[in-house]
Amino acid sequence: MAATTRLEFRDVTKRFANPRQGGFVVAVEGVSLAIADGEVVSLIGPSGCGKSTLLNMGSGLDPASSGEVRVDGELVTKPNKHVAFMLQKDLLLPWRTIVENVELGQEIQRVAGGERRKRALDLLAKCRLPDFAHHYPHQLSGGMRQRAALARTLAVDPTVLLMDEPFSALDAQTKMVLQQDLGRTLADTGKTALLITHDLVEAVAMSDRILVMSQRPGRIIEEIVVEISDRDNPMRRRQHPKVATYIVQLMNLLQIEQAAA
Amino acid sequence: MSKTGSLAMQPGVRKMMAGSALLFVAFLAAWQWGPGLFGIPAFIIPPVSLVWEQFLHMMAHDHLLFHTGITAMQVGVGFVLGVLLGILCGFALGMSPSAEFVLSPYILALQIAPKVAFAPLFIIWFGYTVYPKILVCVLIVFFPVMINVLGAVRALDPDIVRLARSFTANRLQVFWKIEFPAALPPLFAGLRIAATLAVIGVLVGELVGGNIGLGYMLAFAEGAGDTAAVFVTIIMLTLIGIALYGIVVAIEGRVLHYLPARARLAT
Repeated sequence: MAATTRLEFRDVTKRFANPRQGGFVVAVEGVSLAIADGEVVSLIGPSGCGKSTLLNMGSGLDPASSGEVRVDGELVTKPNKHVAFMLQKDLLLPWRTIVENVELGQEIQRVAGGERRKRALDLLAKCRLPDFAHHYPHQLSGGMRQRAALARTLAVDPTVLLMDEPFSALDAQTKMVLQQDLGRTLADTGKTALLITHDLVEAVAMSDRILVMSQRPGRIIEEIVVEISDRDNPMRRRQHPKVATYIVQLMNLLQIEQAAA
Repeated sequence: MSKTGSLAMQPGVRKMMAGSALLFVAFLAAWQWGPGLFGIPAFIIPPVSLVWEQFLHMMAHDHLLFHTGITAMQVGVGFVLGVLLGILCGFALGMSPSAEFVLSPYILALQIAPKVAFAPLFIIWFGYTVYPKILVCVLIVFFPVMINVLGAVRALDPDIVRLARSFTANRLQVFWKIEFPAALPPLFAGLRIAATLAVIGVLVGELVGGNIGLGYMLAFAEGAGDTAAVFVTIIMLTLIGIALYGIVVAIEGRVLHYLPARARLAT
């Protein structure tokens, strides 16, 4: 890849103190990865393999025990304006209207009021929620709330989006619609994204590359380049005949059949 | 609050309001003639007309409004101070689990101790002034507020705080944008409880010592065997409590307007 590297992990290890048994639990070990500008990479692995730990280190909320995390070439030591994250929970604040929720990040970063509102409304239109700007979160459906959360993430104009199973709490149809929205938005804005997911099809449909992690201590055991066109159109990609091949490959890597036997 | 206007339009609600008014009239009638019917003398339960006359008399000759004002002022000051202290301690302890751990036995002891028992002590300290009354009120109001705020800080989803921090929020921003607004619904639940308790605190202080306020009037009326005057002071005390509660509910309606209707209390 000739493009600039946006997010980079260099030999990153994370250990947690284990107060009950003493000593340490190694969550992830020796992880190195690089995501280029505009790339969408999925991270897939068994539960508890440290995927979310990687994401926390990427966002600067948790420091790495050893190794380096860099965003746009800068060493990540604390939360910074290059990165924004999105979780399975929408985390919308019930006392704020949708547009005020979208403005939260900008408000914290002290963006001027008028500009903030304009940008938030713009994004809500892009996320197909323009009529709900002044509603409260409890008045929206789960899918709409997650769209608002996406708008909030994009509002701070991060170069890198870190997403931890953003759609896993949604029903199957809503999920596909939101994947489509996200795929298009990421392509339109040229954002770089690291997407953690449990959904194999989602990984194949959404990303340029898939990184597969092992059981704890998590390591990256395989990198799969998804060679299907139309990354901006996950709905069409889903239907591509090559999807099944990738799924089989992922199932083998994750030893899913062995687990069921 | 703003809902009452539209609610009154509905026929079902109008019927309920009519029923409520009817019940009030029936209650007054029972009070007026009920005791006589059962041969209860007026010095045990004075009929409502007598209480009304006594009320007018006390207004004209005994500075009833002045004494009510004094009590109301003490309730107001005690309530506000107690609430502020409760909020402050609630957040402080909520944010510092180690402080809560160290202080919890003392907090628990102070919570269990009957606060009204402090009234004589405070009178020894401060004499027959307004301070002992306000202080008992502060002590009583403090706990429900503190406990609710503390619980709210603890119950806050840590991921929301992490989200704010990932947007580079500093400690102060996390507090004002996340923790404080998140604690408001439980805080108001605490304020409702505190509002009903505030009057008790002041009253006990006034009963124990002093020569102004409704508590003093109550003790004086008791000494004189003036049952009607006792009733009047009880009613005035209740009115102070209702006014305070009404203020809390009105503010709550404005602050927590975002809550879905089903999550709000009717009274």
